[in-house]
Amino acid sequence: MSKILIRGAKVLGGEPQDVLIDGETIAAVGTGLEADGAEVVEAGGKVLLPGLVDLHTHLREPGREDSETVLTGTRAAARGGYTSVFAMANTFPVADTAGVVEQVWRLGQEHGYCDVQPIGAVTVGLEGAKLAELGAMHESAAGVTVFSDDGKCVHDAVIMRRALEYVKAFGGVIAQHAQEPRLTEGAQMNEGVVSAELGLGGWPAVAEESVIARDVLLAEHVGSRVHICHLSTAGSVEIVRWAKSRGIDVTAEVTPHHLLLTDELVRTYNPVYKVNPPLRTERDVMALREALADGTIDIVATDHAPHPHEDKDCEWPAAAMGMVGLETALSVVQETMVDTGLLNWAGVADRMSVKPARIGRATDHGRPVSAGEPANLTLVDTAYRGTVDPAGFASRSRNTPYEGRELPGRVTHTWLRGKATLVDGKLT
Amino acid sequence: MQRHLISAADLTRDDAVLILDTAEEMARVADRPIKKLPTLRGRTVVNLFFEDSTRTRISFEAAEKRLSADVINFTAKGSSVSKGESLKDTAQTLEAMGVDAVVIRHSASGAPYRLANSGWIDAAVINAGDGTHQHPTQALLDAFTMRRRLVGRDTGLGRDLAGRRITIVGDVLHSRVARSNVDLLHTLGAEVTLVAPPTLLPVGVETWPCEVSYDLDSTLPKSDAVMMLRVQRERMNAAFFPTEREYSRRYGLDGDRMARMPEHAIVMHPGPMVRGMEITAEVADSGRCTVVEQVANGVSIRMAVLYLLLGGNEPAVTHARIEEK
Repeated sequence: MSKILIRGAKVLGGEPQDVLIDGETIAAVGTGLEADGAEVVEAGGKVLLPGLVDLHTHLREPGREDSETVLTGTRAAARGGYTSVFAMANTFPVADTAGVVEQVWRLGQEHGYCDVQPIGAVTVGLEGAKLAELGAMHESAAGVTVFSDDGKCVHDAVIMRRALEYVKAFGGVIAQHAQEPRLTEGAQMNEGVVSAELGLGGWPAVAEESVIARDVLLAEHVGSRVHICHLSTAGSVEIVRWAKSRGIDVTAEVTPHHLLLTDELVRTYNPVYKVNPPLRTERDVMALREALADGTIDIVATDHAPHPHEDKDCEWPAAAMGMVGLETALSVVQETMVDTGLLNWAGVADRMSVKPARIGRATDHGRPVSAGEPANLTLVDTAYRGTVDPAGFASRSRNTPYEGRELPGRVTHTWLRGKATLVDGKLT
Repeated sequence: MQRHLISAADLTRDDAVLILDTAEEMARVADRPIKKLPTLRGRTVVNLFFEDSTRTRISFEAAEKRLSADVINFTAKGSSVSKGESLKDTAQTLEAMGVDAVVIRHSASGAPYRLANSGWIDAAVINAGDGTHQHPTQALLDAFTMRRRLVGRDTGLGRDLAGRRITIVGDVLHSRVARSNVDLLHTLGAEVTLVAPPTLLPVGVETWPCEVSYDLDSTLPKSDAVMMLRVQRERMNAAFFPTEREYSRRYGLDGDRMARMPEHAIVMHPGPMVRGMEITAEVADSGRCTVVEQVANGVSIRMAVLYLLLGGNEPAVTHARIEEK
């Protein structure tokens, strides 16, 4: 492989430096680097980050290739600056066997835009009743370490306890979609002032918080680690903060949309704002930002959830839940966390690359930008401001809540183990 | 007036009073031997009902026919998804047939809003009840009934319901009638009190422009009108209340309770009534209960709304004092 010299990049937002990539590895980081025959990328003050890692992506393949495939989803990931995505298990068939997770993993390797690390289902068919063969999925070529019934909650306390215990044998983690099912029957949006007016079924914060409270206590009791998916309420933040103060091994993620949008948008009845967990209130948004800044929430994860147009171009209760997010995540984080002064770029690298890689045991990702490390890198033009146009998305789906919204930042280059997957904003 | 009628909250005081006054003019037509006006001749109105509601559909149909509109009834029970055709496709199909207005009833809250605001069609959209969201013509006919009874048929013209005390009792949580009435009555200056067991009030009700009480008996003596909402028996299976009898004892309106209301106060019900549940036969059949009157007033109100939204070119009624905005 050839050499690439990235000249004048602000590594993690610091002083401009040169970064030399040789093959799959970062060869040198410093000033005034020269390399004969190297392809030169003039960074011109752009910010260089370790390739982003998304612990929560729905790639939809197998089964719903009309909304996304591993190819289109990983191309979207590369456009968003990601070099690794964790693919959720709620496919058709469900990723609850070694066969399915290996298929998804291989597709990612073949396409080469982004590493795809499958997440295995906790229970057979996501039905919450019987443990899937977690050990077999771990030992497969896919090497699954993260297990989740995402889309559904592992609501049975005994099943959750057993799962937490069982995966300790191989360092796995259960990623919980915290949603008490009985409290959310018919739920359409956050339960509160807006749902009362709109007459849409409420999704109360307590349905999330009660499950998180139970699960951190379970994790403490059995000495396991637990990861909380898409934490969305101020109350959940308090519970996780309390759990961490007790030394419980809990990590938590927040989505970009929960950092920016509120349930006031539901007044439009436009299902592009329909998502699970639902958009909450301004108070929740502010608590989530603060928690991400102080480390109570460990990471940002997209919950990229592609849906075909017809599943959103309808009346609200009939619409599917979810938003695409891979191609706008970094911009939303810049808008909500960096430009507000809550987080610097080193902090962004920590929350969007280092920590998610660590939680998912993705050892090649989330590494320091220094010599000898794998060349998984993302170059961001942080001075850019532009309007989100879904027509330019690489994702097969367009269900973004940001259409027409002006957001800062644009990923111009992404390198996966030294191979450019995105150059000047264009996929290779 | 706006081009659509989606929510009672969209109406200004002047809009609402104009509709009520227009409805009084329309009501006079009902007293004539020939109950028909040429106002909407050549205009086509479709009644697009995704949810069973014979009463509301017939009321709209009567209003449309009295205004000489061409009427198409389209009933598609069940959600668009189970039917296989989307709301969008259905609406566009109807519009292609040259429909001027769509009267829509849908089990999904927000469906009329989507229809009016998604660029799917150009026709005027009238909400005939959507999920647990809104039922604006019901609120208008209720306000019309109150104004007639509490202010006066002729003296009421041009006036609102300032200072009138209205109590709404029952399943507020699942009621589009309650939401619409709170919005409209507040706009018209009335003081609204909602009475229900806490389980049947939505979280967030504290921000509504009304009072909330769990005690029916203390509110009755201070009420000019008491509106009883239908309470479905099956709600008790979801633990909203323990038994039908307990509900009736605490929140039902019987003769004893009615006797505690001021003499001039009326009893209202949007129908259909569940006799023995929220209202006893004694109350339902008494002269203070306006339920039949409300049905008659519904036709007048719907005529007024159709006339004003479709912007009839000639006066609705001879000698009418209708000013178009």
